Amino acid sequence: MDLSFVILIEMLYAVASLVLISAGLAVVFGMMKVINLAHGEFMMMGGYATITAVSLGVNVFVAMLVIAPLVVGLIGLIVERLVIRHLYGRLVDTMLATWGLSLVFIGLATMIFGNTTTGISTPIPGFAVGGYQINGYNFFIIIVSIVLVIAMYAVLRGTRAGLIARGTMQRSDMAAALGYSPDRIYMMTFFCGSALSGLAGAVLAPLVGLVPTSGGAYIAKAFITVIAGGPSLIAGLVSSATSFGLVSQIFTFAISPVIGEVALLIAAVILLRMMPQGITGRFFKGKM
Amino acid sequence: MGRSASQDVLITLVVSAVLIWVMPLLISTYTLTVLVIYGMLGLSLGLIWGFGGILCFGQAAFFGLGAYTYAIAAINIGESTVPMILAVLVPAVFAALLGAMMFYGRLTDVYLGVITLVVTLILFKFMNSTAGPQYVIGKARLGGFNGIPGFQTLNVPGDPDTYIWGDPYFYVCAIALVIVFLLVTWLLRSSFGRIAVGIRENEVRMGLMGYDVAARKTVLFATGAAIAGLAGAMFANWGEIVTPTLFSLGQSAEIIIWCIVGGLGTRLGPIVGAAGLAYLKFMLGQQSMVDNTLITGLILVLFVLFLPRGLVPAIASLLSSIFGRTKRRPNARRTRRARHG
Repeated sequence: MDLSFVILIEMLYAVASLVLISAGLAVVFGMMKVINLAHGEFMMMGGYATITAVSLGVNVFVAMLVIAPLVVGLIGLIVERLVIRHLYGRLVDTMLATWGLSLVFIGLATMIFGNTTTGISTPIPGFAVGGYQINGYNFFIIIVSIVLVIAMYAVLRGTRAGLIARGTMQRSDMAAALGYSPDRIYMMTFFCGSALSGLAGAVLAPLVGLVPTSGGAYIAKAFITVIAGGPSLIAGLVSSATSFGLVSQIFTFAISPVIGEVALLIAAVILLRMMPQGITGRFFKGKM
Repeated sequence: MGRSASQDVLITLVVSAVLIWVMPLLISTYTLTVLVIYGMLGLSLGLIWGFGGILCFGQAAFFGLGAYTYAIAAINIGESTVPMILAVLVPAVFAALLGAMMFYGRLTDVYLGVITLVVTLILFKFMNSTAGPQYVIGKARLGGFNGIPGFQTLNVPGDPDTYIWGDPYFYVCAIALVIVFLLVTWLLRSSFGRIAVGIRENEVRMGLMGYDVAARKTVLFATGAAIAGLAGAMFANWGEIVTPTLFSLGQSAEIIIWCIVGGLGTRLGPIVGAAGLAYLKFMLGQQSMVDNTLITGLILVLFVLFLPRGLVPAIASLLSSIFGRTKRRPNARRTRRARHG
């Protein structure tokens, strides 16, 4: 009974962290069709922003939920203005340019913070269930990602800004004809996507030791989750994160964590082979 | 292609003979050897990406697979001829299977990129986790993150005690690169190569004309992997150790950067890009003021933004505009189409 509860929490946590890792990329790729390979580095910078803010005496939750998204969002804004705005519609070129950017960020972080592991302690204490110890912070991550998904849905579906953003992504010429500036809307959307990446990096920072290259651990997972999700933003994100999270956790508990990771990757290859348009290319069509 | 085939071969031979003679006077042969190997690795991606339109994010997988195959076979056999052949065959077969799975499934650009990337990651993660004594192939322990050291390096065929190393090894590698370059030239001049370029330009049209697009892409993909495998085996001989970092994403990224910087859709571009950037990295590694990764990244971003065609086509068009020749070159539009293919 205790064990099954622990396994349930671990599975939920695996799904939640995949949602969190991929949310920023889902906005940037799912809406703007920009494959941001610097996504992992945006998360890394979110982590560093949190740690720096905490060491300056800011409350850890303020640092994670407010400061890190803002800082990374602003960095994303600069990147969009300088590089990405010249490359809209050129999928492969954006991929290469953002890969270059990710190397630049790794280099910068190494020069500023040094090539050592830094970290902060988890702000929520663990507790025991029967004979097992559960990390209380896992609940925080699960709650953050549920709130995040609901908030994304609400903003895109319910607000005027979300409506304009979705319209512009579908037909930027029509949006321009109606008096909205596509340039500015693309800029704001990229800001939001970067801020989400920063938030994810910040929230996950207490769980991992942070090094300048730790973005690389996220990018592949985020990439395959978003691509396997397919064209629908939120339905795709949730469905593919759920399937990959379950597969990796089942194999982790059954065999070993390394096999869990490998199983996730093999599942991705098979899924893409069966459904090249992603999960929402076949199921949940036309949903958000 | 204004020149005839025999002229092309002659120029290649003369230029490479001069280079092989002059370069060791400028740079140590130890460094030159690895530049030549990287040049071959660059050529392997340049072939499938620049002429076949297949953007492979995991060329490092074939490179690493070649190196590991060589190391494992060399430990088990104790002689280097058969392992060299295996190091070409194993990646080629692996790529043929992977390619068949992808191309017959009609996967294109982004999805292709993701799958090749993921396969590289799988190999990387798996090789990293093989530290235990249960991971043994024949007499060779896979060794996890520490890799496999101490295998038989290249020897004169049939005589396992006469090693080829140092200066002679450089000449072996350089001549191998020239031979591969000539083979690639021949392949691209053959009808197979021309159809491959046709598929890059318009896959649907070539399919409608009756060519088996999936089979041809698979063969081209396997050919690229075979070249990468050969480069991997030569790298294993050069480094005398193979580690899982051969499979890393950084390695794959570098190969792509070489092609972009050197020039896609040319045979020479990826080789020049690989050797040039690897040498630049070597020079940068000797100073500690600016981080190495930062410069590599900046180069990639600047090239994508300002010189997306790469160095070799840019220099070639510059030269032909200076000398007023109207020779036809792969123009920007064709190169760009290739990269979106």
